[in-house]
Amino acid sequence: MDALTEMILDLKDTFILCFIDGDRWKWLVEGFVNSIVITVFAIVIGLIFGVVLAAVRSSYDKNEEALKLRGGIGYWALKIANALSKIYITVIRGIPVVVQLMIWYFVILVSQKNDVIVAIVGFGFNSAAYVAEIFRGGIMSIDNGQFEAGRSLGFNYIQTMRNIVIPQAVKSTLPTLLNEVIALLKETSVAGYVGIMDLTKAGDLIRGRTFEAFMPLIAVAIIYLITVVVLTHVFTTIERRLRRSER
Amino acid sequence: MNDNIIQVKGLKKHYFGGEVKALDGVDIDIKRGEVVVIIGPSGSGKSTLLRSLNLLELPTSGQILFNDCDITDRKVNINIHRQKMGMVFQHFNLFNNMNIIKNMTIAPVQLLHKSKSEANEKAMALLKKVGLDDRAGAYPSQLSGGQKQRVAIVRALCMEPEVMLFDEPTSALDPEMVGEVLDVMKSLAREGMTMVVVTHEMGFAKEVADRVVFMDEGRIIETGTPEKIFSSPQSPRLKDFLSKVLL
Repeated sequence: MDALTEMILDLKDTFILCFIDGDRWKWLVEGFVNSIVITVFAIVIGLIFGVVLAAVRSSYDKNEEALKLRGGIGYWALKIANALSKIYITVIRGIPVVVQLMIWYFVILVSQKNDVIVAIVGFGFNSAAYVAEIFRGGIMSIDNGQFEAGRSLGFNYIQTMRNIVIPQAVKSTLPTLLNEVIALLKETSVAGYVGIMDLTKAGDLIRGRTFEAFMPLIAVAIIYLITVVVLTHVFTTIERRLRRSER
Repeated sequence: MNDNIIQVKGLKKHYFGGEVKALDGVDIDIKRGEVVVIIGPSGSGKSTLLRSLNLLELPTSGQILFNDCDITDRKVNINIHRQKMGMVFQHFNLFNNMNIIKNMTIAPVQLLHKSKSEANEKAMALLKKVGLDDRAGAYPSQLSGGQKQRVAIVRALCMEPEVMLFDEPTSALDPEMVGEVLDVMKSLAREGMTMVVVTHEMGFAKEVADRVVFMDEGRIIETGTPEKIFSSPQSPRLKDFLSKVLL
């Protein structure tokens, strides 16, 4: 009994040392806010740029034959844009995100003083490559008959995509998109590598200052876990709503 | 104005640089108000010919004149012409993300700039005609195959087309549902609609067609009235074909 009491008191002391002394809990809050800010804005960049990449790639795949027969500048413009998109996706997917982040931080955006912005840019353009492939896969997974029916009524390519193909594709990509958001949130944990104060870095700083590893790291782990669970719940709700509108 | 709504001249569709000749020089005129039924063994090019009429398939060479306008000319805006050519597919291709009424009204509202109420009224009248006005709010996944195909036909009619193209409209249906779809097509023919129908329903061809076209290996082999084609076929290939299909 005495041993148990001692252990609890011990944990209490460690807790106070790690989080209360010197208001170190504020580090975790700041780190958490930074992690969320980086994730949210990176996913916005990823979605916008990813949609552009996916539009180029799938337009080329869907219209290649028609454009080739018609020839002209449109065909070549799309062919070149498609090739560039492919190269971009290959390069981004072929390099570890932490290396990309270091290149942004130490090479491309050296003059940018705001660390968080550098991280947003780095993670955003990384995520775009993955989002692009997720969307392209979604678009290609929709039966071509849907596309042909739209075109046969007189809708042009863009109207057909906007009204018919993309709404269906978005629905089918939601689970994969959630995966990407979760992966991105956890990937931001390498931001500390270039000295950005994210959640992981905050926990690590507390560990360095207090020489206590267990509590700060477990705290960080729990915060990530809860965030992912909440995200999953939000996405599942959206998905269920969208499905309901179909039945 | 010309008596022929569609004129096809020397139409060829080659794949793999001419190795496969899906269409190998097809000439055919479709008169206004005529019902033309195309029959032939599978792989004979009948679907390719039909899909070429609204350029869902792009011909390798040859001309297609619709209302005296050469739609194979690349300067022509095909979307305008497609509005006047309704198409019905083997696999229905109703838009899965919209309910029945939306399926039918989206094109008239967006392309013909009809008001929502006007488009709805027209759609409901057509649904009533095919006995599906009570399913206006349903989604395609809730309908049977025969119901889907009847909706697909009236969806095309909502655009007030000058010609209707049917690509094996009953081939994907359970046998007991073939009749309800053929009945809709028959009444459409009686109303004077110009129709081009690719089908394996010889009974329909006999009863409804003004002219039957027999195709094989990418060419039109024989053409004539149903009595002539079915009672006194000339070419050995047509005789062979008719001996194999159950009449």
